[in-house]
Amino acid sequence: MTTTWRALLGATALCATAGIAAAQDNVTLTIATVNNGDMIRMQGLTDAFTAANPNIQVQWVTLEENILRERVTTDIATQGGQYDVLTIGTYEVPIWAKQDWLVPLELGDAYDVDDLVPAVRDALSVDGKLYAAPFYAESAMVMYRTDLAEAAGVTIPDAPTWADIRDAAAKMTDKSKEQYGICLRGKPGWGENIGFITAMANSYGARWFDTDWKPQFDSEEWKATLTDYLAMMNEYGPPGASSNGFNENLSLFQQGKCAIWIDATVAASFVTDPATSTVADNVGFAQFPNREGVDNRGNWLWAWSLAIPTSSDAKEAAQTFIAWATSKEYSALVAEREGWRAVPPGTRTSLYENADYQAEAPFAAMTINSINAANTQKASVQDVPYTGGQFVAIPEFQGIGTAVGQQFSAALAGQMSAEDALAAAQSNTTREMTRAGYIK
Amino acid sequence: MATRQTQGLARLMRAPAIILLFVWMIVPLCMTLYYSFLNYNLLSPGTTSWAGWFNYQYFYTDPAFFEAIWNTLVLVLGVLFITVVGGTFIAMLIDKPIWGQGIVRILVISPFFVMPPVAALIWKNMIMHPSYGVLADVAQFFGASPIDWFAQYPLFSIILIVAWQWLPFATLILLTSLQSLDTEQMEAAEMDGAPAYSRFLYLVLPHMARAITVVILIQTIFLLGIYAEILVTTNGGPGTASTNLTFLIYRAARLNFDIGGAAAGGIIAVILANIIAIFLMRAVGKNLD
Repeated sequence: MTTTWRALLGATALCATAGIAAAQDNVTLTIATVNNGDMIRMQGLTDAFTAANPNIQVQWVTLEENILRERVTTDIATQGGQYDVLTIGTYEVPIWAKQDWLVPLELGDAYDVDDLVPAVRDALSVDGKLYAAPFYAESAMVMYRTDLAEAAGVTIPDAPTWADIRDAAAKMTDKSKEQYGICLRGKPGWGENIGFITAMANSYGARWFDTDWKPQFDSEEWKATLTDYLAMMNEYGPPGASSNGFNENLSLFQQGKCAIWIDATVAASFVTDPATSTVADNVGFAQFPNREGVDNRGNWLWAWSLAIPTSSDAKEAAQTFIAWATSKEYSALVAEREGWRAVPPGTRTSLYENADYQAEAPFAAMTINSINAANTQKASVQDVPYTGGQFVAIPEFQGIGTAVGQQFSAALAGQMSAEDALAAAQSNTTREMTRAGYIK
Repeated sequence: MATRQTQGLARLMRAPAIILLFVWMIVPLCMTLYYSFLNYNLLSPGTTSWAGWFNYQYFYTDPAFFEAIWNTLVLVLGVLFITVVGGTFIAMLIDKPIWGQGIVRILVISPFFVMPPVAALIWKNMIMHPSYGVLADVAQFFGASPIDWFAQYPLFSIILIVAWQWLPFATLILLTSLQSLDTEQMEAAEMDGAPAYSRFLYLVLPHMARAITVVILIQTIFLLGIYAEILVTTNGGPGTASTNLTFLIYRAARLNFDIGGAAAGGIIAVILANIIAIFLMRAVGKNLD
């Protein structure tokens, strides 16, 4: 064999090895996420990630919140391995981590884990280990139209009561102009109307269960909550409210059809964005209301977070993606391309110390204060056996919450009275909790 | 005439297809039956145990069970009524020689090419939505307040959407049948002075009986399992006003992740569907002989 032949053979072998190595390194990440504005923006910026990581391809599965939950839960529970990165919330993380369905995250020093907002980091950790990285976090607050308030001669205080809100909604309603006093979630689902109504119930002093896990829908507090919610929505709400969730209300508010909207703090950047909102310059913010005499506001805590299922076969690449999407650098990239207002809120302390952000985002202080005020260990003024603000952190809650949500939605649609809806919620929940073994 | 050998050979050659079909149907059915007797919840892994008849009892005592059965029947009968009556009417219309007949026929059958969830989304957001829908605009044009269809008339709205999707199927089958009608017989009846409604009642309708039976049988099978339209528009609500049996099973499986309960529901649905199928075959299937 001549030297030339040997050299050629050697080169071929080297090329082949390199080819195999390259093929092994090339991975495609399948990322399941919600069709919320911030996630859509993240998809638009994926090029920056793939440019920096040419061996990682990204494939998106974007779904509506309820559908995403069903798909992702089924996939992870059956160890389907369809997804490499999951978008899940503060409800799922602790439950799934305890079932060993999630990979603990090792994000490295450059990531600066200590910069994460403590309440959010705690909500995503089990036994001190971080199981998901927050993409954005939120609490709830009041968003209202300052121009309509001024025209109607209404002042909404920074810390309003429900009576203040109801009075303001009444004065700002003009149905002939398709201008509705208040928009609240009515679409059934534990992450839709139940999220809001549970927070409202907490601010009325109600609770889901007593310390023996007995449902409390027959209490005076729940009756007051649902009666007031229905009265406000029937008198001052938009038509079709029983099928309006977060996204539907966002759209109504952006189009100038809602005078008051009480929902997640994350909506603030969308309603104040002149590119998407017709009312961008006229939005005011206030804390989530409380009922007179109840020292508790419905400050919920939620973080849409990225996690890796144990069934993923591209864990390392998934971790690289998560570190990128939840990093300070990603925030800077969003700020550079779309302005500071568009940066995913609520996850990093440094963002709220950033002067540029404070200058561009009028809702910054209200957002971080609401998040810090959330007490997920004790959401009600009464004693509760569960954790969670706008949800109850037990696996059965998805089913129970959605069934109760259907009853409340039916009451909103005028199909049944508040009393009937509460009675149905009470018997349904008792049935499910007995089956699950909580009630002996 | 086939010999014993050729018969044997034919059986042997048919066997793989029959075995495959058998396995294809029998394995999922057996697994469903097995799961229906287990305490099996996806959210509580590792706790599977024997449940006996509990899942059946649990599903049967669901507060929405009887309403779901009623809604299933109303949904099937409502859609059948609209598609059979409407299909006959449209088939007779487009059977007449008119200008642009080809285009009209394509337009009439086009809803059948739209995927159910897409059709439901279009109806929900662009047609029946109380704020953005065309019907709301029409109502406001006439000074009336818009109707919140999915909250006030949930089941009726779903029947409309499903009927819109199945009308082309019924029309196509009925049109084919209409085209095979003997024109000489019609002309003879016309010359004898038989009025239009008599010709329709005594000639057209009996001729179409077989096609109508096919439409009813095929549609019933599919309509018993309607679910995408409900999921997209009303989510079974408000309350359980538009929950049918399929959606109730879906709720157990995909919202509560209660596989045992959902499997029991599935078996109950299979039994009920078979009862309906036997009834249908006896009542209307005679036309197929």
